[in-house]
Formats: sequence, C-alpha cells, structure tokens
Amino acid sequence: MTPPRPTSWTLAGLALPAVIGLPLAAGLAGVVAPAFGVHPGLGATRPTFDVLAGLLTDPSFGRALALSVMSGLGASLLAVAAAFGFCALAAPTRWFARVRPALAAGLALPHASFAVGLAFLVAPSGFIARAVSPELTGWREPPDFLLVGDPWAVSLLAALALKETLFLILMITAALGQFPAESLLRTARSLGYRPLRGWLMAVAPQAYRRVRLPVYAVIASSLGSVDLALVLGPSSPPPLAPLLLRWFTDFDPLLQQRAAAGALVLLAATLLAILAWRLGERGIAAFARVRLLDGDRGGGALDRAVGAGAGGIVGLSLAVSTGALIVLALWSVAAAWPWPEALPRGWTLAQWGAAWPTILRLAGDTLLVAALSTAVALALAIAALEARPPRPDAAIDAVVLTPLLLPQAGFLFGVQVMWSALRWDGAIAAVVCTHLLFVGPYVYLALRDPFHALDPRLARSARSLGKSRLVTLLQVKLPLLLRPLLTATAIGLTVSVTLYLPTIIAGAGRVTTLATETIALSAGGDRRLLGVVAITLAALPFAALRLALGLGAWAARRRRGLAA
Amino acid sequence: MAPLTRRTLLAAAPAGAAAGVLAACRPASPAADAPPLDWPGVERAARGQTVRWSAWAGDQKINAFIEWVGQEVSAAHGIRLEHLKTDDPSSGVTRLRADKTAGRSDGGAIDLLWINGENFAAARAQNLLYGPFAERLPNFRFVDRIGKPSTVRDFTLPTDGYESPWGMAQITFFHDAARLPAPPRSVPALLDWAKTRRGRFTYPAPGDFVGVSFLKQVLSELIADRAVLAAPVEPARFAAQTAPLWAYLDALHPHLWRSGRAFPPDYPGLMRLLEDTEVDLAFAFNPAEAATAVAAGRLPTTTRAFTFEGGTIANTHFVAIPFNATAKAAAMVVANVLLSPRAQARKADPAIWGDPTVLALDSLAPAERAAFDTLAANAALPSAGDLARTLPEPHPTWHIALGQAWRARYAA
Amino acid sequence: MTTAATGLMLSNVKIAVDGLRLLDGFSCAIAPGETLTLMGPSGVGKSSLLAYVAGALPETFVAEGVVSLDGRRIDHLPIEARRVGVLYQDDLLFAHMSVGENLAFATPAGLSRVERQARVRRALDLAELSGFERRDPATLSGGQKARVALMRALLAEPKALLLDEPFSKLDPELRARTRAFTFAQIAERSIPTLLVTHDPADAPGAILPFP
Repeated sequence: MTPPRPTSWTLAGLALPAVIGLPLAAGLAGVVAPAFGVHPGLGATRPTFDVLAGLLTDPSFGRALALSVMSGLGASLLAVAAAFGFCALAAPTRWFARVRPALAAGLALPHASFAVGLAFLVAPSGFIARAVSPELTGWREPPDFLLVGDPWAVSLLAALALKETLFLILMITAALGQFPAESLLRTARSLGYRPLRGWLMAVAPQAYRRVRLPVYAVIASSLGSVDLALVLGPSSPPPLAPLLLRWFTDFDPLLQQRAAAGALVLLAATLLAILAWRLGERGIAAFARVRLLDGDRGGGALDRAVGAGAGGIVGLSLAVSTGALIVLALWSVAAAWPWPEALPRGWTLAQWGAAWPTILRLAGDTLLVAALSTAVALALAIAALEARPPRPDAAIDAVVLTPLLLPQAGFLFGVQVMWSALRWDGAIAAVVCTHLLFVGPYVYLALRDPFHALDPRLARSARSLGKSRLVTLLQVKLPLLLRPLLTATAIGLTVSVTLYLPTIIAGAGRVTTLATETIALSAGGDRRLLGVVAITLAALPFAALRLALGLGAWAARRRRGLAA
Repeated sequence: MAPLTRRTLLAAAPAGAAAGVLAACRPASPAADAPPLDWPGVERAARGQTVRWSAWAGDQKINAFIEWVGQEVSAAHGIRLEHLKTDDPSSGVTRLRADKTAGRSDGGAIDLLWINGENFAAARAQNLLYGPFAERLPNFRFVDRIGKPSTVRDFTLPTDGYESPWGMAQITFFHDAARLPAPPRSVPALLDWAKTRRGRFTYPAPGDFVGVSFLKQVLSELIADRAVLAAPVEPARFAAQTAPLWAYLDALHPHLWRSGRAFPPDYPGLMRLLEDTEVDLAFAFNPAEAATAVAAGRLPTTTRAFTFEGGTIANTHFVAIPFNATAKAAAMVVANVLLSPRAQARKADPAIWGDPTVLALDSLAPAERAAFDTLAANAALPSAGDLARTLPEPHPTWHIALGQAWRARYAA
Repeated sequence: MTTAATGLMLSNVKIAVDGLRLLDGFSCAIAPGETLTLMGPSGVGKSSLLAYVAGALPETFVAEGVVSLDGRRIDHLPIEARRVGVLYQDDLLFAHMSVGENLAFATPAGLSRVERQARVRRALDLAELSGFERRDPATLSGGQKARVALMRALLAEPKALLLDEPFSKLDPELRARTRAFTFAQIAERSIPTLLVTHDPADAPGAILPFP
C-alpha cells in the first residue's frame, strides 16, 4: 500500500462533516422553503407568510408549543439540578465509583422501553396500583386519575428529567477527569468547606463548562421529544413535535406545509430556549458570586435539601428503570393478568414463541442498521480526528455536533425529502445515513478527547521508525485507543438502537426496528407482545455496553498502560 | 398516537424538483407496466413480482393475517408480499400525491393500498389510482353488492372499480355483562348512563378514524335532517347542522374517563382500557374485536357485544392500486386472493381476525360456504339482528370537517 | 515557649500502601511559628504523611497514629474540620473565580461584606498584588499565583500549615523571594508548619532527614 498523500487525508477528514452537514443543510432547506410557501416543483417560488399565518391560527399550535417549551425546559432544569446535586453529594465519597455502573446501565435503557415500562408502573391500572389494590386502597376498579398523559405534560416532564439526569451525571463524571477536580475539592475542604458545598463551589462551575454541550443537547432533545411524548405526553393537543409528526402524515397538503412551518418554529423555540438558558447561566453565576463571598462553609438545611432532592431523583430514576424492566418482563411471560391482581394468573412462554420470528427479524434489522451506522461513524470520525491538526478544529466540531443541538423533528422531515428525491426512501441505506446524523456526533465526541490526549511522541517515534501515517494509525494509535474505541462503539450502537423518529421517517414503513415497534404497540394491542418487544429492545444496548466494558477490562489486564 | 410508520413526504417541493428532473431523463412508458387483459395472462405476469402493500399496522391480528396472505400468494402465485406498515391510513395517499407532484408516474413504491372513505375520495379526485380493475377479478362475482351496498358505494361515492372490497366493518360496542348488565343502546341513553357512571366511558381522539366515526354516529342520531349527511358539507350550514353534536359532547365530556381531558389514541387503546376495567364500555369497527380478546384471555368470558337500537355506522374497506404501482398484475392477484372464499372465511374467524366477509354466502359452492358455517356462535359476537341495523357513512367531506371541528373545540 | 498543648503534634504515625510500609511510627512536635522541614528522596512517604495530616490520604492507603493540633485530636476529623491549610506545588487556584473571589472564598463565614473585602484587599496588599481583585488567575505569573495561593490558605485562618514542595515549580530567583514572603507571613501568624522539599535552601529552620 502506498502511503496516502496529505491531500487524501484532508479529504478523508472532511467525510464526517460532509455526511452530517449535507443532509442537515438539505433538511433545513426542506423545512424553511415550504414554511414560506416556496415549492419550486409546483412553480411556487415567491415566499409568502400564508403558511406561518395558518400555523398561528391553528387551534392546537399555541398550546402544543407551550407544552413543548414547558416540559422541555422544565425537564432540563430539573435534570441539570439533580445531576449536579447528585455529583456534589456523591463525588466526594467512596461510593461514587461504585454507583457508576448502575447509572450507566440505567442510561442504556432505551427511552421507548423506559416510557412504556413507566406507564405500566404508574398508570391507575398499572403495576403499583395493582400491587396495593384492593387491599390497601379499596379500589375495586382503577381510580380515574390523569397520571399518564396529563394535559400539562407533567408526567412527560418528570420522565424526561429522570432519564436525562443519568445522562448528565455520566457526562459530568467524564468531565471530572479533564481537570484536577479532586485537588480542587481537597483545597476547598482544607479551607473549611463541607464536601457538598465545596464541590458545588470549587468543582461544579468548571465541570459545567465542560458539559455545556450535553446540557444544550438535553434541552434540544427534551423540547423535541417524540417517543416519550407519544407514550407519556398529553394527546389533545400533544406537544409540538408529535403534533408535527401527525401533520406531516396527513394527506391534506395544507397541514403538511403547516408542519414545515411548525418545524421552523420548533427550531426557533429550541434555539431561543438555549439562548435563554445561556442568559440564565450568567444570572446563576452572578448569584453564586454573591453567595460564595459570604464564607458559609455549608452543612446547613440548604445543603441537606440539595443532597436529599438530588439523591432522591437519582434513586427514583434507577428505581423506575429497574421497575420498568421488571414489569415488562412480567408482562412478557404473563398468561392472563386482569385488574386488580398483583401478579399474572399464570406464566407462559407462548408470546415469546409466537413472536419469535418477528423478534428475530426486528432485532436483525435493528442490529444491521446499528452496526452499519456505527462502523461508518467510527471510520469517518477516526479519519476526521487523524486528518486535522492536533488542536480541536472548531469548524469541524460545529458541523459535526450541530444535529445534537437541534430538535429532531425540526429538520428530519426535510432530510426525508432529499432521500425521497434520490428515490432512496425506505431503503436500509437511507435509514443508516439518517442514523449517522446522530450516531456520528456521539461517536466523534467519545473519541475526540482520548484521541487528542494521546501523547504525540508515540506516533512520532513510530513515524521515525519508518512507518507510514496509515500504518502508524492502524498499528500504534488505534490499538492504544482500544478502550475509547470500544466505548465509542457501545455508544454508537446504543444511540442507533434507541433512535425512534429518524427510523420512522427514513424507514418509510419498510424498515422497522425494535424501537419503532415498541412505540407502535405502546398505546393499544397486546401488552404481552409489547413486553416481549420492549424487553428485547432493552437487552441490546445493555449487551453492547457489557461487551465493551468486558473487552476493555480484558485489554486493560493484558496491557496496563492503555488509555482509559 | 403511536405510529408504527410515518411516511413523511413533506411538501413534495424539493423532492418534486429533483425527481422531476430525473423523470424527464427517462422515456415515459405508461403502457409498459400495464397488466395483460386476460386473467391467465395477469397471473403469468404476476409471477415473480413483489407487491408492496401499504396497510395500517396498528393491530397485531391484522398484521398476522397479512402475513398469512403473503404465504398464500407466495405458494400459489410466486408473488412476494411486503407489508409497508403505516400508522395512519392516509399516509399512502400522502405518498401518492407527492409522487404525482414529483412526476413519478412509474416505479412507485406502493403496489397495493388499504383504503376507504375520505382517503379514497381524495385519491380518486386527484387521479392517484389505477383502474378500473375490480370487476376484472374473478372472485369479484361473489361480492354481495345488493345486500352490502357499501361494497360498491364507499362513503356515498361509487367505487367505479377503482377499489376492491375485502372486509366489512360496523361500529360495535363491547361490555362485561358481569360489571355492566344493561348497557345504553342509543346515543341519548349513552349520555344518561355516563352521568350515572362518571369516568367509565371514552372514545378515541378524533383524528383517529374510529374516533371520527363516533362523532358521525352521534351526529347521525341527533341531526335534524339525516339526508344532508349524504351530500358534501356546506360550510355555511355546517355550524348549525352540527350544533346538536357539540351540545351533546359538551354535556358528555365532563363525565368521560379522565373527565374528557385525555383520550385514547385509537381503538386498540380503548380496548385496553376495557381490559384494565378503566372503562365499562368500548367500541370498535370490527364486530369480533372482543371475541378475539376473549379467546386470548385478555377479556373475561362474560364479555358481550351489541349495536345501538337505531343502528350503527357500517362501511366496507377496500384495496386499491396506485397509478404508478410497479407490480400492477401481482397487486390484482393479491386483491383477488383477498376475495377468495378461503381468505374471507379465515379473516371472518374471530380466532384470527373476525372481520366480516364481503361475499354473498348464497353465491358460494356448498363446500366453500361450510367454512363460514363452522364459525361457531360466539357469545362475545353481536347477534345477526344487531348487525342488520346499519347506518350509512356520511359523505367523505364530513369526516374531514368533523375531525377538524373537534380538534378546534377540544384539542386547543 | 511551647507546651505540649499548643502546636502540631504527630505521634507514632504508620502508613502503608499495597502491603508496602511507608512509615513506621513517625512522631514529631511543631510549635506555633516553627517550621519543620522533611527532606528525603521521592517515594518514601513524605507527601503521604502530609496527606494524612491534612485528611486527604487516598483510600488505598492504610494509616494510623495520632495527629493533634493545639491539644485537639484531629486525625479522625474530615478535612474541612481540621483547620489545616495546605499548599501544593500547583497553585490550585479556582479557574472560574477571579483573584479576589478566590481569596474571598477563603474568608470565614459571618463577616460583613465590607470586612470581607477589607481582608481580601489587605491580603493582596501584603502579597504586593494591590488592585488584582478582578484579575483572572490564569493571567498571573508563577510567583504571583503562589502568593495568592498562600494568602488564600492564610485567609481561612488555619491553625497549622502544610507545604508540599510549594516552591519547586518556580525559577531560582523567584523561588527565593516567594520563600521569604511565605515564611514571613507564617512567622507573623505563629502557625506551626510542616514543609516537604528536596531543596535544603527551602528550609527556614530544622531539617529532619526523612525517613
């Protein structure tokens, strides 16, 4: 093999930004143009505000937007507060390291499985009510509470917060490795600060800077949540993102255009929410400056409340995730299970047997899409990181990471227009390329810092031994980065397996995965089949995570000096 | 609601532009994929083709039946059947419209479309369907066009052979007789009962087909002059004509499940509420909906089915072939198989699906008829008398207008 | 001069890690204002001893022995309750706070805003950094950072001070000035101080060869 010339490296490095940036640009164009009534194909080239005006007069629009903003921002606030509160509580203690695998496992539980499991748990006819009825409650029939799908989306907000808290804790944990967090905490404590207060004051602000991107990603994904909103959100009207999905599939072209305008509004609302958050950050920083000058060393009621609240939310999140898995597993092997019996009347593997061919097909497609998108993402991310100078390249970062900062419903409809124009709709390739928009950024993020942290002298000495750049990459750098590569693979697979909206849109009904099937079965139909599908869905990311951890640990035992 | 699949073709705009260019580069040959004129020729042409059937997939029973059809046509006709799962019956039409504006007049992605009512009306109005073809299907002669007039008039519109019937539907109510011995049997009685049993009834959120059908049922019983429902909506008179419906719903909603602040997304969701005893009364378009659930152990054996004294809305569902279908011959063969006594009997079996047949049983050979006769009397099925009381579907424009008006009033 | 009740006392301190015994019964007494310097090769447990006194010994270490400060036993207290200030070779200033905020952070609770600002200003004056309140710590020179770190530790009013090679990253000339400044401040406040270093020139008083 001839050593690649520098130009080919530059080109290879641009592949990742290209496969993300081009569909993204097409997606935004495919939303903006129809939102202003521009349809070149139909000869309409003059922009008008008619479509936006129609959106504003739509009876469901105002409320749907308000629901999205309230549940999205509320959940983000709660998740950020709980994640930092929990880290302040736990990071100074020895059990922080021990609870991390549980947090990672909880995070690996896909949103769809989490949502249906949660609904099975807490609905008035759900598992908890069954367990205590009628003995404790006297309920002969399920009480008429509006707990799941309440009109103010409170249950959606709570579920989003529970799910995103775990994500943020793991992001914070990763950030803590990037600066001397332990020494800073020790210094604050030697000045007399209690651990929780000391962590919040000396460590949290520096950690926050490093998790800003994940925090903004949480805001965007919460505002644009579709899968959780379909299961746990209100239905009349639903929040904006699921409402847009409904409009897009309507055969009334007016509603389809309205959906484009709504997508534009959702994008704008998300960007405004992030902007408002940014301003809020300054406010909190200013407040903290005043606060921290008072010399209070902590340990008071406020600290106890922060610790108890955050610990409670994290505990609840883990408990709900575990409970969701258990109740899904119970349904998957239940014979008849009428209200209000706490347990099924009998056990059977009949639904597993009956669903087996379907499950195999769904799991096969799910894994095929996940494996292809992760493999492509890994190759392109490595090329992008290898091709550029040692410092992070802001322009590439901006393009690659943008999909994480936008609500999916804000641009995916436009992306689909492009696949359709290429007559690619419903093909596995289109689904893989659409997944790449989300798998790519996460894989890139997982590899970026370890790649840059690798001592450049290692590669230099390999080159001075006469090895080409490619050989050095393949034989020196990548093997040294084995553990981050394994982690990135597990993250990529998990992201892909979990994706709902991108699969639904690009799959066009011909590519269905465990995630889309779980949501499809969530509202009606046989709960036992739903249990089978949702459990299988939950098993895949968990297996990927275990495998990555196991292989990583095995490699680490053989070679202790590998990058973590 | 819970979409299994969302076809998302926004706006056709950029797609239209791009595909239009592509289309211009290839010779248009509308006749190239037209099926032969004789039936044996159609069957020969169909062999080896793949039929992509766009069909609502929100019900496992139906998905399983479609899978069985796939095995049948594969074994007997060498046709590969692919189920394009959709969550919304209108998405196929959405797709065809986008194809039409994009100038994609051949090589379409859908070969067979499950359709009826307002979707058929929209598709016909825009010439999105291939046909007429229904009368060319050999099994079409068994269809009961006299006894079941909706097999050739879909929501008041003549089908003209552009769609082929494959099943009957009628709004049917279900209840557990052990919990609710004497259910209400008319729209006014439903309100009186709901007032005494707060929170024990609801209906799918309109937008959903069955949800809008409930509105049509109420309106059919309450409207001053039922004849106006057979004609297109007159916007100027719509508010006055539907006033009794909204007054009724305003009175009913406070007494519904969750006080009318939340609704199940579709009829499977409503049936699950009945399963969980969250409601005492549910309904669906399939008269056998409860019978299959009883057979599966999800509903108690004391479950019963009935229709209203003044009748309930009934209709027929169809399959159509898109104007740009790739495998038109094979699509016709599949449509013909769907009309076969064997498939119709299987479909009518409550253990399979329980979807009533479109065939006239007295036109069948005795052996074929026997397959229907063996369908045992089932306590969870409505009586023949109940099924005989039907109300016609209003003109398709009512479906759209009622759905929009409901959303403006109750989902804002 | 000193009684057993004042100053920093270590008696019979034992530290082991991974079955390796680092210290086996170390004892010493440091009177207020006095500085004891520990000198010795790397890896013999000097820093571990400081960490044990400060309360920051990692969990992988096994340690025992009495540490008392002004007659009060502190070895079972959490770090923040010991009132033992620590300076490391890295300044460990909080990067998200200004110089003034770093100092204000260390001042005791219960002060008025005016008093707090006065103390911060006084500390900066002493460190010859007047007017540096709003500066970003990252823009300071090595010597300036070291002085801010020292003043920060002192503003918390520690009863003992531990210095873990605090001058080792400074160049020789700066090193001498910083050293002089540090020990002047310590002497003025009469704080018992334990210093760990490689450089005999660092030691203001008695040097204890270690181990």
